[in-house]
Amino acid sequence: MYLMHVSMTVNGQERSGDVEPRTLLVHFLRENLGLTGTHIGCDTSQCGACTVHLNGKAVKSCTVLAVQADGAEVTTIEGMAQNGQLHPIQEGFWEEHGLQCGYCTPGMIMTAADLLKRNPNPTEEEIRHGLEGNLCRCTGYQHIVKSIQYAANKMAGAAGD
Amino acid sequence: MTATEAPTREKLVGKALKRREDPRLVQGLGRFMDDIVLPGMVHVKILRSPLAHARIRNIDTSRAASAPGVLGVFTGQDFADVNALPYAWQAAGVENHINTPRILAVDEVHWVGDPVACVVAETAQQAEDALELIELDLEELPAVVDAQATTEPGAPQLHENAPNNIAFEWDCGNAEGTDAALASAPVVVRQRIRNQRLIATPMETRGAIGQYDAGTDEYTFWLSSQAPHVHRLVMAAFVLGHPEEKIRVIAPDIGGAFGSKIFMYTEYPLVGLLSKKLGRPVKWIETREEHALATAQGRDHVTDIEVAAERDGKITGLKVTTWANLGAYLSTAAGGIPTTLYARMVAGVYKIPNIHCKVYGTYTNTALVDAYRGAGRPEAAYVAERAVDLVARELGMDPAEVRRKNFIPSDEFPFDTGIGMLPYDSGNYPAALDRALEMVGYGDFRKEQEEARARGKYLGLGFSTYVEVCGLAPTSWITSEGWGAGLWESANVRVHLTGKVVVTTGSMPHGQGHETTFSQIIADELGVPYEDIIVEWGDTAGTPFGYGSYGSRSLTVGGTAIVQSARKIRDKMKKIAAHMLEVNEDEVDFEAGKVFVKGAPDRSVSFADIALNASVGANLPPGVEPVLDATTYFDPPNCTFPFGTHIAIVEVDAETGNVELKRYVAVDDVGNVINPLIVDGQIQGGIVQGIGQALWEHGVYGEDGQLLTSTLMDYGIPKASYMPMIELDRTVTESPINPMGVKGAGEAGTIASTPAIVNAVMDALAPLGIKHIDMPLSAPRVWAAMQEAKGN
Repeated sequence: MYLMHVSMTVNGQERSGDVEPRTLLVHFLRENLGLTGTHIGCDTSQCGACTVHLNGKAVKSCTVLAVQADGAEVTTIEGMAQNGQLHPIQEGFWEEHGLQCGYCTPGMIMTAADLLKRNPNPTEEEIRHGLEGNLCRCTGYQHIVKSIQYAANKMAGAAGD
Repeated sequence: MTATEAPTREKLVGKALKRREDPRLVQGLGRFMDDIVLPGMVHVKILRSPLAHARIRNIDTSRAASAPGVLGVFTGQDFADVNALPYAWQAAGVENHINTPRILAVDEVHWVGDPVACVVAETAQQAEDALELIELDLEELPAVVDAQATTEPGAPQLHENAPNNIAFEWDCGNAEGTDAALASAPVVVRQRIRNQRLIATPMETRGAIGQYDAGTDEYTFWLSSQAPHVHRLVMAAFVLGHPEEKIRVIAPDIGGAFGSKIFMYTEYPLVGLLSKKLGRPVKWIETREEHALATAQGRDHVTDIEVAAERDGKITGLKVTTWANLGAYLSTAAGGIPTTLYARMVAGVYKIPNIHCKVYGTYTNTALVDAYRGAGRPEAAYVAERAVDLVARELGMDPAEVRRKNFIPSDEFPFDTGIGMLPYDSGNYPAALDRALEMVGYGDFRKEQEEARARGKYLGLGFSTYVEVCGLAPTSWITSEGWGAGLWESANVRVHLTGKVVVTTGSMPHGQGHETTFSQIIADELGVPYEDIIVEWGDTAGTPFGYGSYGSRSLTVGGTAIVQSARKIRDKMKKIAAHMLEVNEDEVDFEAGKVFVKGAPDRSVSFADIALNASVGANLPPGVEPVLDATTYFDPPNCTFPFGTHIAIVEVDAETGNVELKRYVAVDDVGNVINPLIVDGQIQGGIVQGIGQALWEHGVYGEDGQLLTSTLMDYGIPKASYMPMIELDRTVTESPINPMGVKGAGEAGTIASTPAIVNAVMDALAPLGIKHIDMPLSAPRVWAAMQEAKGN
């Protein structure tokens, strides 16, 4: 078996491992690093449950090879809360009942973070469009949209301080 | 609080509390099946038949067996002495020609996905690599996929014991009376409708881990399960032949299920048996493609409806003939879904004097079919709601008024519809309809529609006045309906020495927020702080048997068991407290976490003090045992019947046939509401799933039995961008069946929404004279129907 050594910063920590060239980033995160908050929901890049941030941008980690992330900065759901405090988006999902089974939720939150970074004051339509790459089977999306609106308001409020 | 006032505490039941489950889930700290890693764990991957119908000539596993990391390769011969899976819900009162899957197929395969071999390796990747090295030699046989065509002469036969591929023939209602009504009616409407095959598609696929301990001769399973105790019992009694008490089943966090994780599947005993063979824990995780092939699917009925009516819109007879596609074998509950839960609900909300429903359960070379959100009731609501709309269309009458004319009157509950369903517990159908009409501005809409039509725009409004049966079910009734077990539910409540409360429920939450809802109930019943309550579920070790969560039963049945256990605790606490206060038991009251002397509330003893005393046992009244621990097994006296009115407004694009959902209004009656936020979430999620069936979803099989929609690229579940905000409201008609007056809410949205959308599209296209189009109402299908109607 041919292995390559990869190193990357994950949630602010230096992490590394030996992987086959074909190993997906999602498997590296989950199995090598034990960060199981990033989930696998499909095999064709539709569902978005695997969404993480790679060098500040949301990507589907099932469609990135671990070797492609060599030297990169990666943020997963485990890196969103800071000092025991939930990120406003996590808080929004809690306040507005934006999750039921919770399986799609980490991916939703990571996508939402990227969306709000690019568009801090999105309309409902922009939020829904921004979530096209993230599937949820439980909620019907209505409370997810509200969760992201909550977060946008909170983050805008904080930004204005 | 003064000395003369009894203690009070804010009630939590009825409040929109945010969920206790969420903090860990939003941080990615859930523990789903694939997150579980055991020391020494190995992985199994399954080779599935690529053909829908074939004889197995040979399976050469030699190259796979010597691939890197491989511990073993197995075929059906290795498990020839293991029973085929059990069939636990028969179509009642008729012969069922039973065929169920084997752990791995022997001799023949019957659907694309039928498991034929498996590889166990150190890593999942190694197992998958080795799968490709197995050489499968199959002799292809002709396949059949249509629910009705499979019964016709000349169709390929799947199983020797089921001539014409009929698993069972069943009926309910009054054939003679219905035929007479049809023969004599001034108006008869006939329509063939299809309720298409759906793939459940929870975001988390299934999985299983099996661990055999040779020292204790015990199995431990982690299963994607909606009912761990049932999985344990079924595996023990019917598959492994191993004592139930020597099997433990744990259900971890479940990433959605919608019914698909109720059933016994071949992979579950497989991982246990492999663990015993190899001496290592064995894990199996279903891929998304496997889910489309190997997990039970939903719906798939071909139905002929005949409706008899008077000219004033009164329906006098309903005759229904349904061919229900059950797939290649019978899944665990397959017999009950199209009979008890479908056929016995085709009356819908209507008082129809003559009804007859005939059901053929048929075998085809497709994946197995079983309960999927709504389980029979969506199919029934679809029949009832399309039937009423077709009558309205035929008579040129307002579909709202035809419905109103035929509603079961509100003063006639409990109401028996005469087709063998339990009596509907309570209902007020006009109230929900009126509220929905008000919300949507019905009068204005019809004007708007006329104007739109004049401008060549196809605007449509569709109704769904639905009822459904849930809160499954009284055990004596459901066993007479062919279910081979009980449907009561368990709850154990125990109070610790410190006054903290632990509730162990036989329900099995998989997204419904039971931890929160049940905590609210206990907080009110025992007057303890919300934070002092822990809710446990999902592990059979040392817990009372539970039947699990499906059929919208967890609150009505599971919740009632919790209430009853809580009240047993209260009663015992009153006895103990009265003793501590040196008064008689009838001189005290229990309120807000205190027991106090009536009329002198300052003479009281706190919940925590009673708990301490009870746990130590030093100062108990004679005849009272130490410890506050109560278990209830609650068997409901009836099912419950949520109902409501949904209204959809759509616009069909004249050029493309694309259906745009413009508004969706839902008025639902689920009885009393414990947590409005959670109920809203259930209704919204259910509605969107039902809309998915109406507009986008379809499990499509080619004529050769190949599943053409096995990925999320091809199987279109709804996305966020497809939906407008849904407008919700409620009426509250208490159920008399349980102390909380609740009806259950988990499936109502899905049951209601599918016909609302279809009726809306048909309403939009009425100017073209189109009476019916089968689902999904995708743009190409609608466009084709429009062209045909225009004579193009």
